[in-house]
Amino acid sequence: MSVQETIFTSELAARFDKLVTIYPLRRSALVPMLLYAQDEKGYLSDEVITEIAQRIGITELDTRNVISYYSLLRTQPAGRYHVQVCTNISCMLRGANEIFDHCKKTLGIGNKQTTPDGMFSLEEVECIGACSWGPAAQVNYDYYENLTPEELDKVLEKCRASVVQEGKGSQA
Amino acid sequence: MADVTFTVDGKQITAPTGTLLIDACRKVGIEIPAFCYYPGLSLQAACRMCLVRIEKIPKLQTACTTPVAEGMIVATETDEIKQARKAMLELVLGNHPLDCPVCDAGGECELQDMTFKYGAAESFHTEMKQHREEQQWSPVVYFDRPRCILCYRCVRVCGEGMDVWALGVQNRGVTSIIAPNKEDHLECEECGACIDICPVGALTSGAYRYKTRPWEMNHVATICTHCGDGCKTTLGLRSVDDGVEIIRGDNRDKSGINGDFLCIKGRYSFDFANHKDRLTKPLVRRPDGNLAPATWEEALDYAGKRLAEVRDTRGGASIGVIGSNRTTNEENYLLQKFARKVLGTNNIDHHRTADYTSFARALAGHQDRAASLRDAGTAPAILLIGNDPTQQHPMLAWNLRTNVRLNRARLYVANHAEIKLLRQARASLAIPQDGYAGLIGYLAGDDSALAGTESSAAFREVIRKEENLLILFGSEYRGRDIDALVNFGLGLPNAKFACLSDYNNSRGAADMGLMPDLLPGYQPVASPAQFADEYGNLPQTGGLDLIAMFDAASRGELGALYVVGSNPVSRYNIAPGALKDTFLVVQDMFLTETAVLADVVLPAANLYEKTGTVTNTYGDLQLVKKAADKAGVRSDFELIVRLADRMGANPKELVSYGIGMRADLGQSRGVQSGESDRHAVWLAANHLEPKLSPFDPFAILDEIQRLVPDYQVDRLALLAGNDERTVPPLVHIDNASSKTRSDGVLPAQDTLFTSGTLGRYSSILDEVMESRETKSAGAAATTSLDVST
Repeated sequence: MSVQETIFTSELAARFDKLVTIYPLRRSALVPMLLYAQDEKGYLSDEVITEIAQRIGITELDTRNVISYYSLLRTQPAGRYHVQVCTNISCMLRGANEIFDHCKKTLGIGNKQTTPDGMFSLEEVECIGACSWGPAAQVNYDYYENLTPEELDKVLEKCRASVVQEGKGSQA
Repeated sequence: MADVTFTVDGKQITAPTGTLLIDACRKVGIEIPAFCYYPGLSLQAACRMCLVRIEKIPKLQTACTTPVAEGMIVATETDEIKQARKAMLELVLGNHPLDCPVCDAGGECELQDMTFKYGAAESFHTEMKQHREEQQWSPVVYFDRPRCILCYRCVRVCGEGMDVWALGVQNRGVTSIIAPNKEDHLECEECGACIDICPVGALTSGAYRYKTRPWEMNHVATICTHCGDGCKTTLGLRSVDDGVEIIRGDNRDKSGINGDFLCIKGRYSFDFANHKDRLTKPLVRRPDGNLAPATWEEALDYAGKRLAEVRDTRGGASIGVIGSNRTTNEENYLLQKFARKVLGTNNIDHHRTADYTSFARALAGHQDRAASLRDAGTAPAILLIGNDPTQQHPMLAWNLRTNVRLNRARLYVANHAEIKLLRQARASLAIPQDGYAGLIGYLAGDDSALAGTESSAAFREVIRKEENLLILFGSEYRGRDIDALVNFGLGLPNAKFACLSDYNNSRGAADMGLMPDLLPGYQPVASPAQFADEYGNLPQTGGLDLIAMFDAASRGELGALYVVGSNPVSRYNIAPGALKDTFLVVQDMFLTETAVLADVVLPAANLYEKTGTVTNTYGDLQLVKKAADKAGVRSDFELIVRLADRMGANPKELVSYGIGMRADLGQSRGVQSGESDRHAVWLAANHLEPKLSPFDPFAILDEIQRLVPDYQVDRLALLAGNDERTVPPLVHIDNASSKTRSDGVLPAQDTLFTSGTLGRYSSILDEVMESRETKSAGAAATTSLDVST
């Protein structure tokens, strides 16, 4: 099913056009498409769901069913930096709860909330596969391991700084 | 397929290869419980209730996904299995409310039954149950979330069965819920299959919820009064002050032609019977020009006297009769007999929605070429031309979808519109709206008949290669086009045909001779043969058809008009003034556009309130059983007999009752006390049961079966509630006269949510239409808002 007016960038639209053709079943492209769309748009808005359902040829309900199954797919906007703190057993034994509490305190938000400036959002997640280096957290797609509250502050500071940097860069 | 032999609970069972273990066991009476498994739907293996022990397999296996194998040794009821099932029930009951005493499903709940059987009443869960408020998803569907046990039957029947895909499962694990397609409501065909199939009370119906308990109803299986498919519906009944009220319709026992399928009309739209505008007193037009209530005596006397007057002074030809396509065969037969024998007129017609006459003529002399509704579920290939079964023949559409899904039937569709069944079609052809006649010419090999393309050539190619093709055609085909179509089909090996019409007994109305030129069984009026012997003097020239009757009325040439269960004034846009010089008698449930013009209005019973037979559009004859009752109304059958009596006719000549047999009830006490029952069965099977009343429709059924060869079906099977095939007539309808004959077909254009005049009095259909309008209006408003911002 081709789409007349896409809401995605032309590169992503082209990628989607190809993606639906490479699987034996069209709907196998659903999860990768949702992930790419989420990376580009920040979250899976109603418009994103409509277009992806249309591209694959399934109902919007079906698309929502899949989205609601996976916790890493979201239908609400997250912060620019999505901080995901693992609190599963290995990390927990190494102090993940303190890391998570520290996050809450420094960012001033709770689990699954976003800072008012839209910079950070926080989420307590299940195992992210970094058990050997716990406690660990994932900020967007980057891993930070063997965390202490001080280390974490540095990470958050780095995020803020890079945004400022970007802002300057775009002004120049 | 080869059979395999295996052992279940020490019992040797043989079943075809590929049979699922659960089906094989159920077939021989070994019950394996299951919530999620449902025959005909995809496998889910979600509920784990069907766990069985199969030797040499370390873990318990789900019988619903295990195909039987040679030498398999299975145990289905050991302590281990009981324990496993009990544990599953405990989990299911973990968040299930214990509101059985108020739940609609209480008493017919599969979870309740299982809990009784396996005794998982005490729970070891310490977690609080999570309550959620009930949600209304549509006028028909309510969802009670905590009751849901996540068997996914509803999701599958809606998607696979109905091809609507309006229900889904959201979230994961213990937070999984069933969700409707439009966030907080459903946009669907409102068939109610999800409610019917729900093993618990999670999905409940707006029509039935909280009204009664299952064991407080009586149940009568009868035939739905709406479309031409003639589904069997089991009505749940309750006594009320003014009779017996219908509170539920379903077909859970899967008896009958439709299995457990019903559409919104069959399942919910019986509510017209309790409409506040229902007539329960005869009305007579007073000298002041107003219709006012009258006694039955007064109304019948007056109507009979005036009809007799018109007949005696102006002749039978100045009287018209319009019959119904929702009354029983017996009533239709009786009405035409009354018209021809008592009124002495051939001016009799009904609202025709398909040209059965031409179909009968085309098929005359060909055996086994008329298809049953059942054939649509089994035929290897189907050609559907015209019509939109999803809207007009929901059961047919269900059969076609099921046949394509389960048997890989090849469905070919040719239509001018984008009908929904195109989704199941193996090949399709879009033709112009006026291209139906051309299509047949094209299929038969005339390239000039249709603007052909490569795809249409391919379409023709595959059709012409089909053996055992089932050809279904809509009212787009009439007259000569039907001949051409049937001729083309007869050229294909074993092709069968079905002609689709719009109402419950449209076929019966035509079969029973509610036609100005044809007697029952399509016997021309000019050569009445056996009817002349039976009726005596008959008018032998063709009468006026429906349109001609109103033309004659507006010329002042129609002295009287008798309308039974029909609303021609609205249907044919008749100017009300046309009937000002005509004495009009109307029998109906409501004061319709036709009834308001009448001089006498007789309140009639509907199809759910009478006994008889109806013939669906495929020619399947089924028994209608009296289910409901309403004080103040009478069946059309009784009214016709009473009217004839008031006109001075001998009722015994109209309905042969009280002759031939005396009521022999056998021995009613002692060791032979069952004899009376057995005797009654024997009498019924031999058409000999005593007919003691002039209002006994079976006296007329005897006569129909005697005079109309097509209706000679097995009486006992019919009485048992089976659908019996009528065969197309063997009489040859005169071709010369039929050339000038007008088919008079006016398609009803009903949708899933309309049903002619009757549908307007169904509040559930109204509600559904209204909710769809407001929702689409709401959607339109949001869209326009988006544009402006």
